[in-house]
Parts: sequence; C-alpha cells; structure tokens
Amino acid sequence: MKQSRRRFIKAAAAGTLAAAIPLSRLKFLSPAEVKAATGDASIRWIFLVDTQKCVGCGFCVKACKIENEVPYDAPITRTWVERYVVTADGATHIDSPLGGRDGFIDGRIDGRDIKPGEISKAFFVPKLCNQCDNPPCVQVCPVGATYQTLDGVVLVDRSWCIGCGYCIMACPYGVRFFHPVHKVAEKCNFCYHRISMGLKTACEQACPFGARQLGNLHDPADPVTRRIMTERVAVLKDEYGTKPQVFYIGLDEAVR
Amino acid sequence: MSEPMVVHGLDWTIKELFVYPNEFIYWAIQIVMYPYMTGLVAGAFVLSSLYHVFGQQDLKEMARFSLVFSLALLPVAAMPLLLHLQQPLRAINPLLTPHFTSAIAAFGFVFSAYAMIVLSEIWFVYRKYFVEQANALRGMPGLVNSGKHLLYNLLTLGAHDSGDSAVAKDKKAVKILAATGIPVACFLHGYAGFIFGSVKANALWMSPLMPVIFIMSAVVSGIALCMLTYICILKWSQFRTARNKGAGGQAAAGGVQIETINKAARYLLGFLLAAISLELLDLIFRGYTAMKSWDILRSIMYGKDFINIFVLQYGLGNLVPLILLLLPRATVNRTAIALILVLYGIFMMRWNVVIGGQAFSLSFSGYMHYQLPIIPHNLETFKEGLCGALTVAAMPFILFYGLNKIIPAIKQTGH
Repeated sequence: MKQSRRRFIKAAAAGTLAAAIPLSRLKFLSPAEVKAATGDASIRWIFLVDTQKCVGCGFCVKACKIENEVPYDAPITRTWVERYVVTADGATHIDSPLGGRDGFIDGRIDGRDIKPGEISKAFFVPKLCNQCDNPPCVQVCPVGATYQTLDGVVLVDRSWCIGCGYCIMACPYGVRFFHPVHKVAEKCNFCYHRISMGLKTACEQACPFGARQLGNLHDPADPVTRRIMTERVAVLKDEYGTKPQVFYIGLDEAVR
Repeated sequence: MSEPMVVHGLDWTIKELFVYPNEFIYWAIQIVMYPYMTGLVAGAFVLSSLYHVFGQQDLKEMARFSLVFSLALLPVAAMPLLLHLQQPLRAINPLLTPHFTSAIAAFGFVFSAYAMIVLSEIWFVYRKYFVEQANALRGMPGLVNSGKHLLYNLLTLGAHDSGDSAVAKDKKAVKILAATGIPVACFLHGYAGFIFGSVKANALWMSPLMPVIFIMSAVVSGIALCMLTYICILKWSQFRTARNKGAGGQAAAGGVQIETINKAARYLLGFLLAAISLELLDLIFRGYTAMKSWDILRSIMYGKDFINIFVLQYGLGNLVPLILLLLPRATVNRTAIALILVLYGIFMMRWNVVIGGQAFSLSFSGYMHYQLPIIPHNLETFKEGLCGALTVAAMPFILFYGLNKIIPAIKQTGH
C-alpha cells in the first residue's frame, strides 16, 4: 500500500482525535486539590493565645515535642515560647532557649544580666503555626506536598516532600524546619490527628493557665470564636498578607 | 534505617541575639552554586548566539566553543539542586506532580526544553562533521576505530547528506534554534532570580529587579568563563606546539587573538555595567524607602557583610576588572586576570544574595553567620560544604574534556 503524505496526516489526525475524546473525560487534578478534599468544610480551626496568662513554663513545648515525635533535645520545635524584656532605656531583649521547653529559669538574656529595677515590662509570647488563610508555604511547594485542608489546617505529606526547603524560606513566621529523622519539611498542624477526633491539641491540654485555646471560627457558639469576635485581638505580621489564623490577646508592639 | 539524626543547618549556622528557634541557614553553598552554574550556562549560550543569530563574525571562533561548553555546563546546573535536596531520590516529583504556583515547579520543564535546544543546535552544527568522521572511519581496522565509526554513525541519526543544500539547511536550523535559545536561556536564569525575588518573607530577596539582575550577571559570568577557558586552552596548545618544536621554535600558529578577545570583552562590559547599575538601583531604593527591614539590612550591608559586598563583590569583582578592561592597550594576560575577577565578583554576588539573605533573622532582632564546612564529618557537611561546591565547580571541565573528544570545540589547525 502506498502511503502518501496526505493520507498519513489524515490518519494521524483521526487517531489523535480518537485518543483525545476518552481522555477528555478525565480531569487533571493537582495533588493539592486531591489532598484538600480531606477535612470538614463546616469547621475552620483557629487558635487563641492569651499572652496575659502565659507564665513561660514551657509545658506546651514539652507536650508538643512528645506528642508529635519531634526529637526532644534537637533545637527545633513545632511550637515555642518567647520571652520579652523591655528595659527602662527602651531596649527590647528577647530569648527562647530550646524554644522555652524547660521554662525560663535563668534571669540572663544573651549573657546579659538584667536587674529587676531596670525592667519596665516583661512578658511571654507562645508561637505556633498560624495556619494562614493565604499560606505562602503552600504556594511555593513545587510538588504540592504541603496543602491546606478544608478545615484550614496546613499539612505536609511526608511521603512526597522532596526537601527543597522553599516552604521554610517562604514562611515569615519561621515555624517550619526539616524533621531530623524523616528529612522532610515539618511544622505545627494543630495536632490534626487529635483535633480530628475531638481532642484538644497537646499544647492546649498541657497549658495549666488556659493561655492556649483551639476554636472553630465557623461555629458562632464556640467560646473561642466569641472571644475573638468580641474582644480586641491581634495577629502576627499581617503586613505579609498571609491572613494568619492564630489570634493574640495582649500582643505588644515589641513582639516580632 | 539507623541514620544518625541531623538537624539540617545546625552544623554551619551560628546564631547571634534573637533568632527564632527553627531558623537556620537552610540554603547553603549549593544554592549559591545553583544560580552561579545556571548563569554560566545561560551566558555561554548567549555568547554563542551572538554569532549564530546576530552574525557577529568576530565571535565565530568563540561561538562554537561556547556552545559546546554550555552543553558541558548544562548537567552541572542541576547538580547543586540534587546535592541540596533532603530527599534527592524524589527529585523527579516536580515533573510528576508539578504545583505550578511554585516558582520551582517549572524548573524541570524549562531546563529540559533548554537542554533539547542546546543538543539539537549542536547536532546541526556538527552534523557535517559526524558524516565526515563516519565516512573516514568506515572500514578502518582496529576495535577503537570501529567503535568510533559506530558512534559517529549513530550521531548522524541516519542523515548522511553532506551536500551544499543540506548544509545550508543545517545552518538555517542552527540560526532558528539559537534565536529560540536566547529567550529560553534568559528565562531559565531570570527564573532562578524569580525563585529568590518572589520570597516575600525575605526582606533582602524580595525585589522585582531580582530576575533582571540575575540575567545580566548570568550573561556576564557566562561570557567571562567562556573567554577565560578559551584563552587557557589556546595558550596551552600554543605552549605545547612550541615545546614540540623545540626550545627555539617560533610562536605557534593559532594562538590567542587579542581581537577576538577584545570583541567578546566589549559585550561583557556592556552586560557588566547593566548588572552593576541594577544592583545599585536596588540598594539605593531600599535605603531611600527605608522600610521596616532597612535597619537590619543596613546593619548587614554596611556592617557584618561590608567586606563581602563592597570590597570583594563591588570592588574586587566589579570595579577592578572594569578598569582593567577599559584601560587602553589590552593584553591577553591582563584580560585573563580581569575575567577571573569578574567570575569571582559574580560568585560573591550570588553568595551575598543567598547567604546574605539568611544572615538576619525573620524577627529582625538577630543574626545568623554561615560557617562553610571545610572538612566534612558526615554526608551533609560534604554535600553542603567546600567539597560539594568544588565537585560541582570541577564537573563542567571534566565533561568538557570528554565532549571535546567527540565534538572538537576548537579547530586546532588553520582558521
């Protein structure tokens, strides 16, 4: 059989078309879309930190490390507590040794002994992932290994993360790090395994003073939601446009 | 797997004042090498295209060489990324599930597209040579010869026509490919700039000028490396010829021609000036607008990294070579020194962007110092230390040596 160019092109076009029709019934989903199908859309997990109540005991950090199997003595942590000491000369001194895991038992900050008389104000600020509404870490993940669930929590797929560290660079809050054992990006996820079962987060449960509280923004009867709606709250670094969902009561302008 | 627990970054980060607990220098020397190597690739290609597309006849000799060199550099551009990844075995994932809101996701695609352009352009440039070799080696005795014959026969891909009309078609294809290659090469590298420039969390990186600065400095470094390697190879062959002819032998034919070097140097100067102007514009703008981050940036630029930025990068790496190249009565040796300094300056620019961008805490209240691991004590300090960087830096020359055996980049006899 003689194969003319015209016939070849015709057959190729028909073949392509025939193959394309059944393929068009398939939908191309990004991994983020697939994973986002997890979670409950009637819930939007949020967090309330009452800095007035925090005494810097570090129980939350201890509990978090144990619950989430983050190596206990490694200098990385999903949640941490910062100590701020503002002296009379207007200078701010900040520290968070081991993320505040063992509490703040040393009066010195960065080797500097600050006398009680010099202090004009001092307080503790617990930090954790803000589970942003516009998470830059999810935006920059090249493989879609980090994704946001329908209930607002940002998770990491340990089996798919390539460990490039772009998400770590993209987070303005410094909540991400490489897990020393799994060698992938790691972060606070509001103890997703616990809250999905109706339990409290490990840090909330460990806090003796109720400084940390988890809530559901979509439930108007939720006491945490009510406090956020009726009291004066602030978020960290809103200038980055990330829309953080961890709200603070008593946040000072010195807080970084 | 009982691998020892390693906190990434702990080995080479020294913290000062208040730094968030999870902050370390996560992007270390390999991420300095990555834009440096992609820059060299892009620059080498642009240099070769100046001849193929814009018909700059004076660059003819360098064009062929820099095209082959850009192929040697190409696989090396991806190497730092592989050495950097915590999960290098998953390096294929961005191609399987690309998440296109990420600036890194398209790297594999752009890179492969670019690789295909370079490969096909080389094929068209060397097709006639492949045919000639295949014909010349046909029926020659010996295992090596028959192996070479098989190789060249394969490389022709069955296109054995070396008639004038076929060669003319080759030339046309080269021109088209070189022309498409320029925007792709610029994209490949401007894109590396975008990866940094779009990180809004990083006060030093975030700038829309970043991709443009990266392209300009890429072309500068690429041209500089090509010129330098070209000079070295010609000097070496000149030296070898002189030695073979005996101690009193006259200067060998085919030495370095200062005219060719000067023409290439002129393009280098243009791009260098553009790169410096843009960088200074960025610096001045930051100082003038003095946003929240300026206090800490200023303390880095004018304080901690002053030597790195102003003395080594702008002074030794930009200003000195600029003077050396602009002074009248250029000599090959002086140009070579200027080229080494230019390459050093661009490297320092990459260093100051990547490491400098992590020299301060996101809290703006503390600093991080990077200590380059010299002697490795585990895999991590090898990969992300001096040894890893030197491995990457040596690779293009090793590859070029091999490539040059198959596709000679420099004509040794006659011009």
